[in-house]
Amino acid sequence: MSESPLRAGFLVPGRPHPLLVPEASPAWTRLRRAFDAAREEIQRLDPDLLVLYSTQWTSILGHQIQADPSPRWTLVDPEWHELGSVPYELRIDADFAESYCEAARRRGLHARTVAYAGFPVDTGSVVALKLLNPDNAIPASIVSCNVYADRAETLVLGKAARDAIEASGKTAVAVAVSALSNRMFTRPIEPSEDRISSVKDDEWNRKIVEILGEGRLEDVSHHAREVHAQANADQKLKAIWWLAGLMGQTNDYRGRVFDYQPLVGTGAAVLSLTPTLRPAAVLEFDESEVERFEGDREVLAGGGPPSPSLSPEATSTWDPAVVHAAAAPRPVGAFPHARRAGGLIFLSGMGPRTPGSDEVPGGPVWDREGRVQDYDIEAQTRAVIENIRTVLEASGSRLEDVLDVQCFLIDIERDFEVFNRVYAEYFSEIGATRTTVEIDRLPTPIAVEFKVVAAAASSGPQNLRP
Amino acid sequence: MSKGSILAGVLAPHPPHLVYAENPPQNEPRAECGWEVLRWGYERCRRSVLALDPEVLIVHSPHWKTVQGHHLLGVDHFEGLSVDPIFPHLFRYHYELDVDVELAEAIAEAAHEARLVSKLMRNPDFRVDYGTIAACHLINPAWDIPIVAISSNRAHFDFGNDAGQEEMLRLGEATLRAVESTGRRAVVLASCSLSHRHFTVEPEIPEDMSHEHVYHHGQYLWDMHLLELFRRGKSAQVLDEMSDFIEQATSEAKDGSLTWMLAVLGIPDYPAEVHAYGNVIGTGNAVVEWNPVLHSHEAEES
Repeated sequence: MSESPLRAGFLVPGRPHPLLVPEASPAWTRLRRAFDAAREEIQRLDPDLLVLYSTQWTSILGHQIQADPSPRWTLVDPEWHELGSVPYELRIDADFAESYCEAARRRGLHARTVAYAGFPVDTGSVVALKLLNPDNAIPASIVSCNVYADRAETLVLGKAARDAIEASGKTAVAVAVSALSNRMFTRPIEPSEDRISSVKDDEWNRKIVEILGEGRLEDVSHHAREVHAQANADQKLKAIWWLAGLMGQTNDYRGRVFDYQPLVGTGAAVLSLTPTLRPAAVLEFDESEVERFEGDREVLAGGGPPSPSLSPEATSTWDPAVVHAAAAPRPVGAFPHARRAGGLIFLSGMGPRTPGSDEVPGGPVWDREGRVQDYDIEAQTRAVIENIRTVLEASGSRLEDVLDVQCFLIDIERDFEVFNRVYAEYFSEIGATRTTVEIDRLPTPIAVEFKVVAAAASSGPQNLRP
Repeated sequence: MSKGSILAGVLAPHPPHLVYAENPPQNEPRAECGWEVLRWGYERCRRSVLALDPEVLIVHSPHWKTVQGHHLLGVDHFEGLSVDPIFPHLFRYHYELDVDVELAEAIAEAAHEARLVSKLMRNPDFRVDYGTIAACHLINPAWDIPIVAISSNRAHFDFGNDAGQEEMLRLGEATLRAVESTGRRAVVLASCSLSHRHFTVEPEIPEDMSHEHVYHHGQYLWDMHLLELFRRGKSAQVLDEMSDFIEQATSEAKDGSLTWMLAVLGIPDYPAEVHAYGNVIGTGNAVVEWNPVLHSHEAEES
């Protein structure tokens, strides 16, 4: 097996205390020593490049990659200005930045390089580079942390970094600059009495540090959301996703914990993960593997996303693609009522159940004991269409915008004629295409179900009021 | 010394796009056009506010983020280059400004007396945040009035919007007491947007207005609802609904500026003047002026 161009990954905290006032607190002194040990480890690995991701450089327009060959300024941290100024002049691999940016774009990300005199390099990046690479012996790369990015986007960003490293023919060390739990004290404390701001956060941090110490990066990556929910992780622990994407999404590393200490209430760990020569184990992914970002990046096209409704009649999550219509019958599984994509609205299969009561208009096709019942196909068909109208309106569309309908009947010989007449009442002027098939049964005691695709119409919900 | 007063309050959003599109000499990038309705609104508001002849502009900015307390600029004079880390292609602004340090110290002291954590920022190397600079430029591009800049302490909003609001109300009340005790004639600026969900991409030409619209309809409805409350003088209702507004419109009010300003103004029950509303990369922005003098004139005319 050939040696990986990625020599190791590091996780380090980004607050300035270990750089500026390590002596003020035993915890900060230990963190400074941990940084020193990490620096020695990096020097031993002798990489051609340090590739950083810092949670303190936040971005909105995709991801930004520093491309100024020697950014220089005097940093004063917005929060910790009394600790002093940090003059810096960094050494950035501008060619790698361009390659990284291109790799990100190839993977579907919105990315760009930035090279402006006076650009405010964030405290986390400056602290990490000052402590890990004080004489600029190793050229560096820094990428921002998009505040809206979630797992898929950040994983893909890490993979783009790997693409660029492999294309460069260079060896690299990755550095994720991030706290673990990120709950700072809101009132000043005596530095000597620094501690993690809550026992719960401390417990979560220690769990993560222990797992990473065992080299199980992917396990932490998979639990990042829960860690964030439980321990207010720094930027949702995105840095771990980036590191995992970059390092290959496995648990086959040799972990080394240099130290774990409090840093004004937050959890600060300095640790490294070194790839082993073992072949990576096949993991069971809880979430889909993602190689290319396919997120909602087309918001500038087509006049923007359709309007989600917040009305009591129809609620939508803040993901504008997904529609949960409160006024429609509850789905019988883990799926939304509808989903928007590319100017279309795809509805999940819709039956005639009454919203709220789940009763079947016209009667169920079998009773609780499974005995076949007589039922009214006309009532059921009308109810299906009205439910579809409800979901479409909650999606910002209308029945008139339906493009295609698939109809499922459990007894086509018995029901087709009536079904077809009712259908014509609603759809004869709409001109939607249709396919009708007979099936054995449906998940609930109903005789008819429609599957609909509609255009995302311009007539959004008008009943939305704050 | 006579008792100081608040002459007016302005909801003064700080998208760097507005400064960029104006092409002031201080900003390096050049634009063809863009966001005119908001910029014209700022021009009207500027005329109205500067006619009051304020001695100081007090600005609360979401882009100076602090956790341990409320920080205030505590150095007499700053000059430097402000590069927006998010929109560096639009905002590279050479600033030079004076600070009313005496008033800043009085506000910090009043906040301390209200059991709030406050701190003066005394480091001369400090780079003033772009939220402060953009809002102050748009109200007073001549920079001939000293400012007091207050950081945004969002930590209490992280405990809950109500907790954050309570903190900002107390800071606003402390600010008012300090202004009164120092005899200043002040205008307060809340440097924030209303709804605040951004697009994460932008057109090739940033000022291409064919791409500009609100991020989604729900945001727009919330923005209009708040503006209508402003126009009716229902600030108390705004505060009552602030928590929902923050959550449902992803509002930048979560950084506390709007609540702080309404508190400084004494939670006004008179109508505000909405000079403009517009969208900037999907966010909702309004230039709104609370001016008791203007309001009293209107009342006399009616």
